[in-house]
Amino acid sequence: MAELTPWQHLPVAGAVRPDTAIRPVTGGWRTGERPEADLPACVNCLLCWLYCPDSAILVEGESFNGFDLDACKGCAICAEVCPVGAIAMVAE
Amino acid sequence: MSDLRLLTGGEAVAHAMRQIDPDVVPVYPITPQTPIIQTFAKLVADGRAQTEILNVESEHSAMSAAIGAALAGARTMTATSSQGLALMAEVVYIAASMRAPIVMALGNRALSGPINIHCDHSDSMLIRDSGVIQLFAENAQEAYDLTVIAPRLAEHPDVLLPVLVCQDGFTITHSAEPVELLPDSVVRDFIGDYRIPYSVLDVREPTTQGPFAMPDYYYEFRRQQAAASEASAAVFAELGCEFAQLAGRAYGEVEEYRLEGASTAILALGSTAGTVKDVVDELREDGEPVGLLRITSFRPFPAAAVAAALENVASVVVLDRADSPGGTPPLRAEVAAALYGSGCRLSGAVYGLGGRDLHPADIRAVFAGAAPAHIGLRGEACRV
Repeated sequence: MAELTPWQHLPVAGAVRPDTAIRPVTGGWRTGERPEADLPACVNCLLCWLYCPDSAILVEGESFNGFDLDACKGCAICAEVCPVGAIAMVAE
Repeated sequence: MSDLRLLTGGEAVAHAMRQIDPDVVPVYPITPQTPIIQTFAKLVADGRAQTEILNVESEHSAMSAAIGAALAGARTMTATSSQGLALMAEVVYIAASMRAPIVMALGNRALSGPINIHCDHSDSMLIRDSGVIQLFAENAQEAYDLTVIAPRLAEHPDVLLPVLVCQDGFTITHSAEPVELLPDSVVRDFIGDYRIPYSVLDVREPTTQGPFAMPDYYYEFRRQQAAASEASAAVFAELGCEFAQLAGRAYGEVEEYRLEGASTAILALGSTAGTVKDVVDELREDGEPVGLLRITSFRPFPAAAVAAALENVASVVVLDRADSPGGTPPLRAEVAAALYGSGCRLSGAVYGLGGRDLHPADIRAVFAGAAPAHIGLRGEACRV
């Protein structure tokens, strides 16, 4: 944990710049299930990337490239929106 | 060449807005503020300002939209009164906390209930602790002048807070007086370009704004906001001098009126100061050593200036146009704190709630020490 900053040195109104943000690991919020992809079935429509509320879908170029499980909270929206059933929620 | 016009306070502020030409004005009508936005909307419709007026569905939305606009990089103003400010209040705190330099015109009106449309200061006192700067005009000219000064004050890098320019409902908003307008180019040069440290729409320097703050940081952000309010006093003093060079009318956090040699002084906010000045002049004619200290900046409160101005005054009477049931009326509480430890005898009275008139005879009674604690209230006995 970084040292806490005195009020005089905080950015005005707490505006957070990307270079000052601590990346929170929200993967620990999952309650027993994580998404798993069936890569041969994936059609790279990237609806999962569009719908993921935590930017946990990794994309390489224009292709689906797995999940960032440090960020994924296990909400299962990706599995719900996948039009070809290529994402399933599996036990951790 | 001076441009002297017969304008109500509401119209005068609308002309200040035309000259400022804010990018965005989200607003919802409410008496007695309506003449401000009604006049301004016509000026915009006539092509005399390029402002985007957002006709929102409530004052809560007006202030929410104002925050978004101001932080996106648009100079933003709004206007309201009474219940409108009450509905805005939740978002006003957030605007101050997000350091959004929004200029707000207020036509002071009593809060419900009972429902009433006339002047008192209970509405601005409701957001006393929001962090918003509060300036009180005495007349239409001052409402215009303070509105011209307000964007510079709000947007100063040491400040970055909303500024509320208060004018008494009806007494100022609806009363026509001679008002001198500055040339448009002078106002534009005075206010300059709009600049904020972080724009939410800047994709090259992206920021998250209005973040959650846990117990480890909330207090620090509140202190930062309070420091900005404190710093605004020096900025207002500088701007008051700069404005005086343009307009010949000077502004400061307080106005001392005939306090030299005064043994009794009245303290007041807003249009009442004008009536008190007339009574002071009459009593001075009769050799009575009386004076007035008018508070222009209620937030930040000029405690040091109040104490200095009243150093040699034996007796001070604070007139509050708002009450605090079960406590001390807001202006009197501030003055009591400012004068604590001085030898000054302090008393106070509440007056004018819901638009009740304060007559010169009432003010003479105050100076004579014969006014009740609630001036003009039926059933109130005179103070001993």
